[in-house]
This record gives sequence, structure tokens and C-alpha cells, in this order.
Amino acid sequence: MSMPPPTLVATPPQTIGPYFGHALPFAGGADIAPDGHPDTVTVHGHLYDGEGAPVPDGLLEIWQPAPDGTRTGAPGSRRRGPAAGHSGFTGFGRVATDARGRWAVRTLPPGGVGYLSLCLFARGLPNHLRTRLYVPPVQDDGTADPLLSSLPPDRRRTMIAVATGPHSCRFDIHLQGPEETVFLEFDHP
Amino acid sequence: MTESVIETSSPGVAARLPRRALVCVRDPEAAELWGPVFGDQDVDALDADLTRQYPGRPHGECITVAGRVTDRQGIPVRRQLVEIWQANASGRYAHQADHGPGPLDPHFTGVGRCLTDDQGQYRFTTVKPGAYPWRKDFNAWRPAHIHFSLFGTAFTQRAVTQMYFPGDPLLAHDPFFQAVTDARARARLVATYDHELSVPGRTLGYRWDIVLDGPAATRRETNW
Ligand SMILES: [Fe+3]
Repeated sequence: MSMPPPTLVATPPQTIGPYFGHALPFAGGADIAPDGHPDTVTVHGHLYDGEGAPVPDGLLEIWQPAPDGTRTGAPGSRRRGPAAGHSGFTGFGRVATDARGRWAVRTLPPGGVGYLSLCLFARGLPNHLRTRLYVPPVQDDGTADPLLSSLPPDRRRTMIAVATGPHSCRFDIHLQGPEETVFLEFDHP
Repeated sequence: MTESVIETSSPGVAARLPRRALVCVRDPEAAELWGPVFGDQDVDALDADLTRQYPGRPHGECITVAGRVTDRQGIPVRRQLVEIWQANASGRYAHQADHGPGPLDPHFTGVGRCLTDDQGQYRFTTVKPGAYPWRKDFNAWRPAHIHFSLFGTAFTQRAVTQMYFPGDPLLAHDPFFQAVTDARARARLVATYDHELSVPGRTLGYRWDIVLDGPAATRRETNW
């Protein structure tokens, strides 16, 4: 089914600036997995600029299908847990980087795809950046995924997290430089 | 153009801009063609009135800011989260990193959120933010603005932007506003005064409609 072509001029993005810290992060934003879920995976990493300096004022958002492959999400990300009458999986997390550019979320493995979708906001970025975090293990040649297989190995590697334990992996994001992360744009299929 | 303006005006930020071209994804199976959803449990009714978050009233001119969120085909973004943050009437954020000259307002945090209704409409009551200087040693002032965070029907439509006020002389000097080089797109960032939206005896009304870009999954009957 094809969609009619877009007709309206879009509202352009503007930088998130430095002062979102009391507005956007919310309690439990890093806890995408329901409390105490046995399949919980910790995903952690650093955010670096092109000089290798940590970015202490970044905001990272995670979106993913549920473990059963459901992509419709669920309300309740800002009020997780049984107290809100909701203890399910919403597929959405939000976390700010700390003073050393570090971030971490706890989630469940995505169903049907091998990746988490990331949006990254920071002062100095006119628009946010989009990338994917492929959860290890990922086949070396990336042939199982159309995006990975379209990239040369050194670029592909920047989107693949490194296992740091049986239930944890690390994903460093480089905004610039020799290890610059692959950033994505999305167009109509 | 966008990059050079920001680079020369924002020290220390040049190292944050990627140098490589974005990789374009046109995969009909991409998970980003779906996105997070929110519901009544994610907001409180009072979250949309920034003037009533304390027993006392904040300083400044009370305003209503309202409009409609749609995609580029004009289809409303229904029951989705809109978040705002802004400086107080003196141009000061209630944020520990803002060391600006304006006083804090004990009755104003400048943070709000609401869900759009079934027609994609959102509505906030707040005070008009003040302009603020953003580089101490230069004559650099941000025009009055409200930061907006928006979710569409797909994660590809996720957006963060800023709303400006009509007739502000500082718009001509603001590198963030001027970085949008397309005049029609730039005009989208400026609200209009709407007398019908003004609440008699209480607020002045500003209308600001938002158009989100980006593809979404083929629309499902259940949603529309
Ligand atoms: Fe601002």
C-alpha cells in the first residue's frame, strides 16, 4: 500500500540545548525491563566527542520491539511498575549521560530484530542523531541484517555492542573521529 | 551552512558534529517505523499548567500555548506525549547549570507535559519566557523561546525543537533560528498571536502547529 506524498513543510528541529536535565529524564527511564525479570540485560557505554572527550550533557532514548516481537509499544514508560497499575514492557527508555559521559539501561532482548533503536540528543547538535545498537552475538559478516550487510566491516563494527558478561554489553558512541558511529536517516520504504 | 553557523557560534561544540554522511534506511521492516506510545498514566492533568505547580503564582505574562501536531500529510498525531521546558519570565532556567543573571522564580519550574487529544491538539498554560544571554563575553542573546519534545506515530518522527514568539527583534540575531536556511521551514518555528485562544482576564493566546517529518509504518485500521 503506498502513501500519498507528504505535502506540508515540516517543523525543523532545533538543538536540545543544555537545560533539559530537569525536564526530560524521568525516574525509571533506564529500567525498560520489568523489575526483577530474569532475562534482563544491562546495556552500558560512553558518549564521546571527536576529541575523545566524554559528553556529559547528552540524552539517549531507546526504542525496541518487545521480546515477543510486538512493535506497538505500551503506555506507562513515565510511570512504570505495579503502583501505576502497569508492570509490562513499554519498549521505551530515556537516560541522560553522567559527568563522565556514561549511560546504562536495563532491558529485555528485542524480538524479531537484532537491534535497539537509539536517538541521541546533545547541546551543539542541531538535530538529534539516530543509530542502532546491535546486540551481540552478531554474525561476523552481518548477512542476517540488511543494514549491517550494506556496510563495510569497519563501519558495521561501530553499531555492534561488545559483550561484557552473560547478561551485559557495552556500546560506546563516538560522535566524530576515526571510530565515528554510523548515524542513520530514514526515508519512505 | 547549518554546521558552520553553529560551529563558529558555539565553542567546544565542533567536535560533536559527525563528519560522515548519514546512512539512509528504507527498510519496510525497520522497527523505527513504529514507536513508543503514552497514556493517561504518563501525565497528570496539572502538568499542562505551569502556572499552578506551586501555591503562589509565577512572575510574568500568563500565556496559553496551543496547537495541533500532525504528520506531513496533515494526519493528526493522536494521544501522544508533548513535553516542554523553558526559562522563567526573567530568562532564567530552574536548572543548576544555568548561572544567568536573571533571578529564579520560586513559583516556576518551567517544565510541562501533556498528551495530544484525538484531533492532535495540545494546550499549555505558562508564562512568557524572557530572553537570555548565552555567551558572557559577546552580545549574544537567545530570543524568547519554549523548548518542545515531540513523539509521532513512529520513532522516525521523534523531534525536539523550539517555539519562538512573533515580532521578536532578536530572531534576526539568533544563530540557532537563522541556522534554518529555508524561509518556509523557519517560519514554522514562530507562533502566531491568536486572540481567540486568549483566556479573558487571564492569558494571551499563542497558536503553534507542529508538523513532524519522517516515515511511519503503513497505517493500521485500528489506529485511524
Ligand atoms: Fe533555551
